[in-house]
Amino acid sequence: MHPAPSVILFSTLSGLGFGFLAFLGWGALTPSGWAAFLLWALGYGLAVAGLLASTFHLGNPKNALKAFTQWRTSWLSREAWTSVATLLLLAPVALSDIFGLGLPRLLGQIGGLLALGTVLTTAMIYAQIKAVPRWHHWLTPVMFLAFALAGGALLSGRAWAPVLLLAVGAVLLAVWRVGDGAFARAGQTMGTATGLDRLGVPSVLDPAHTAGNYLKREMIFVVGRKHAVKLRRIALVLASAAPAVVLLLPLGGWGIALAAALHLAGALSARWLFFAEAEHVVGLYYGARG
Amino acid sequence: MTALPQATQTKLGLVIDLDTCVGCQACVTACKGWNDAGIGLSDQNPYGADPSGTFLNRVHSYQVAIPDAPAQVVTFPRSCLHCDNAPCVTVCPTGASYKRAEDGIVLVNEDACIGCGLCAWACPYGAREMDEAQGVMKKCTLCVDRIYNETLAEEDREPACVRTCPTNARHFGDLADPDSAVSRLVAERGGYDLMPDMGTKPTNKYLPPRKKGPGTASPLAPLLDVKATGIAGWLDRMLGKI
Repeated sequence: MHPAPSVILFSTLSGLGFGFLAFLGWGALTPSGWAAFLLWALGYGLAVAGLLASTFHLGNPKNALKAFTQWRTSWLSREAWTSVATLLLLAPVALSDIFGLGLPRLLGQIGGLLALGTVLTTAMIYAQIKAVPRWHHWLTPVMFLAFALAGGALLSGRAWAPVLLLAVGAVLLAVWRVGDGAFARAGQTMGTATGLDRLGVPSVLDPAHTAGNYLKREMIFVVGRKHAVKLRRIALVLASAAPAVVLLLPLGGWGIALAAALHLAGALSARWLFFAEAEHVVGLYYGARG
Repeated sequence: MTALPQATQTKLGLVIDLDTCVGCQACVTACKGWNDAGIGLSDQNPYGADPSGTFLNRVHSYQVAIPDAPAQVVTFPRSCLHCDNAPCVTVCPTGASYKRAEDGIVLVNEDACIGCGLCAWACPYGAREMDEAQGVMKKCTLCVDRIYNETLAEEDREPACVRTCPTNARHFGDLADPDSAVSRLVAERGGYDLMPDMGTKPTNKYLPPRKKGPGTASPLAPLLDVKATGIAGWLDRMLGKI
């Protein structure tokens, strides 16, 4: 699948933002005044920046409000609802923290759960797609949630954030291990795609069109896969191991900032791979497993 | 509404005969011509170095290696299969993508489409293409603006690709009716679904190419074994000894 920068930025930043908002909502940090303003602004900023980035992916954004209508069937529509509900529900909690209004924490706890719900709906948009076997697995939402929880714990300076960061690494390893065999397990070949397996073994004689098209650009992405192994190592070190080690050093707030920067870079590499390595079955018609 | 209808009484669709299709691309051209007439199916840089465009129907060609028989060339038209269990419909966040309860046709309401592309991802068959100029998703409409169009002559009330096909490889009809011409063709010729394991339950069916049997020897083969006589025969023997 084509790793569009808007979608990579969207899912990574909003995942981190909603993860952090969840911890703020749960009261992991109880800041006040300017400190509270800056922390909540960081959470909202990441989440909203991610959502805005996603609108750059739309061909016809003027209809974006209609995306709230199909929550009964569409995970994308559910994501629209959960994200907006989270941002609205946590707003009074944020104001309460900033101005010391002393609102009950229950609202924050519900908002925190909704924030994780948002991350889950994002993940389900990908996990539901049967035509991309690598994504169509319960490990996809596990990975998205692991990133959100680890990122949130890191930004809110939890002592056990390094454990969650290492868990992200373990989930990534599992995702890659399971994902590498997913296409073969789905059992689709050029033979089943065309039904010509009942005759013999098909191969492409002539392309359907000599120039590119939307399908090939969007779903039959092959560029850059040769660096996949290197990128996996980079993602693993940056997203998981390096920030975990940095957090264990006595660097205080700077340590958290450095660990967050490393983790974000690693998360972006992992998300790039999530798209670039995903193969769509439509590639079978074009003779590409990709 | 992006919920799929429980069941449709009528299932309009195509039956494509891979035995008679010659890959002439007339269906591709007729489809583009008819569907380009209204809102349009845009092309990008059509006469330039890197042309690209939106098409609702593409014709691939494959070579099939067959055990104990000569390889066979199969041309293969690919377009929307108007699935009963269409994954492109349920993923749509706006309700733009829908399946008609009355005849089973899967359509896009372009006025509600946000161009997110998720339906194209959900389709295993590559049946949907984004119109880069309009920013909305395009797909086969089964020529819904022809098949019920009483201003057209009756013989023209079928999809443009079916109407134009010079070898009659494309058939249009109701696949829910077991007595329809298309259903009988499917039953007689062993019509099949593409990627049935994807769970999409396509309406469109493909008829397999007929088996051609083992390759027969060329009628010119006896001439290859000609024996030279006379001077040529003498030369042949002499040269063979040197």
